[in-house]
Amino acid sequence: MKKIQLKEWHKFATMFFVFMLFYFFPLEFLSFRNPAYEALALVKWYAHEHVLLCLVPAFFIAGAISVFVNQASVLKYFGAKANRILSYGVASISGTILAVCSCTVLPIFSGIYSRGAGIGPATTFLYSGPAINIMAIILTAKVLGWKLGVARAAGAIVFSILIGLVMHLIFIKEENQKDKKPSFVDVSEDDREAQKIKRNALCLFTMVGILVFANWTSPHDQNSGFFATIFHMKWYITGFLLLFLFYMLKTHFTKQEIKSWVDATWIFAKQIFPLLFAGVFIAGLLLGRQGHEGFIPERFIATLIGGNSFFANFFASVVGAFMYFATLTEIPILQGLIDSGMGKGPALALLLAGPALSLPSMLVLKSIIGWKKTAVYICLVVIISTINGIIFGQLN
Amino acid sequence: MKIEILGMGCPKCKKLTENAETAVKKMGIKAEIVKVTKLQDIMNYGVMLTPALVVNGKVESSGKVLSVEEIENILSAFLKQDA
Repeated sequence: MKKIQLKEWHKFATMFFVFMLFYFFPLEFLSFRNPAYEALALVKWYAHEHVLLCLVPAFFIAGAISVFVNQASVLKYFGAKANRILSYGVASISGTILAVCSCTVLPIFSGIYSRGAGIGPATTFLYSGPAINIMAIILTAKVLGWKLGVARAAGAIVFSILIGLVMHLIFIKEENQKDKKPSFVDVSEDDREAQKIKRNALCLFTMVGILVFANWTSPHDQNSGFFATIFHMKWYITGFLLLFLFYMLKTHFTKQEIKSWVDATWIFAKQIFPLLFAGVFIAGLLLGRQGHEGFIPERFIATLIGGNSFFANFFASVVGAFMYFATLTEIPILQGLIDSGMGKGPALALLLAGPALSLPSMLVLKSIIGWKKTAVYICLVVIISTINGIIFGQLN
Repeated sequence: MKIEILGMGCPKCKKLTENAETAVKKMGIKAEIVKVTKLQDIMNYGVMLTPALVVNGKVESSGKVLSVEEIENILSAFLKQDA
């Protein structure tokens, strides 16, 4: 037991050390300006701007969701006898609480498909789940701007339902012939859980509040007005919410609950931080920052995926569908691409197609639903992400 | 006693396996711990939320990383049944 704890402690210390190293990295002393410099500068920028105020709270929120929210209660909407309209609706938004860990998406998909509501709601969940997980939305909005964050969430929700319905209609014959397997086990928690809902919801809201106010940016066009007032008071509000959160934890949560929460948060951090920072570094190396080129020349990117042409959106969708993005790494990569001249439309297309599909996940999908359905699903994802990108590009 | 951990290999599943191993060691009982990682096999238990803990073929929990103490409680309940 002691040994395990020591090992975790070491990992945490290493992570903290690496973070501090980048936070205080003396970039000014480097006189050279090249892709390596850009990569370091981008990592430093992430360490400064996004880790403490955005990623760390986001990890805690994701941890709380995975521990305090009763995920099994959502599953009943996916059963074989569940109301179909409700199934689609719940499938399109439940990714927020069910997909906090990317490895849970495929088992749930498989379960809905083979033992529950069928191919329609299953594909709806598969498409929207990874795109609207809470950490992805938070980081997209913070790094790429709230417009793209909202468009990503809204686009994923609306179009996931469309994809699900189309899949259902195309394969309706097979769906009706499918032999009925027994529905999945419903391991519902007892009623005592229900009494904690208010407490847990309040706790989650407080944390979301902390996240929002700590990241409140100064409105650049005016110095007075509602948003500016909040900006001047943001640390007081954040501090107050933080105190309130600690008070709540002290009085309303048991030690065991807090321990499993911290454990879950730590598991997320351990899983995501190294990959994300590697992703940021590589994005900086290849793509550079705004106004500073990396290895890949900017005009090359601008010709391929600049503007909002059909080809640019289509190309971004296809690349997104096949490429594998480790959790959240699509964000620094996109940031690099946008700074190098990628249009907003293709950016959204890639954001939608990217996490929903990858070559490895296609192979797993094929083993669950067969190559025919997989092929149709891939085509639908590419087509719909392209259309979505074109529409978003037009609006901007 | 046969303990199965269902999960496709995410960090949470590893943590649950670790906790189960600790619990078995602490209680000093004879138990075989098996990892079930194939999606098809996991589906056959009717489990959708991984990681899941299965004892002697019965799904005891799903979607949660149980603590060592919680696993001990579950296992001792099984021991009582057998006795």
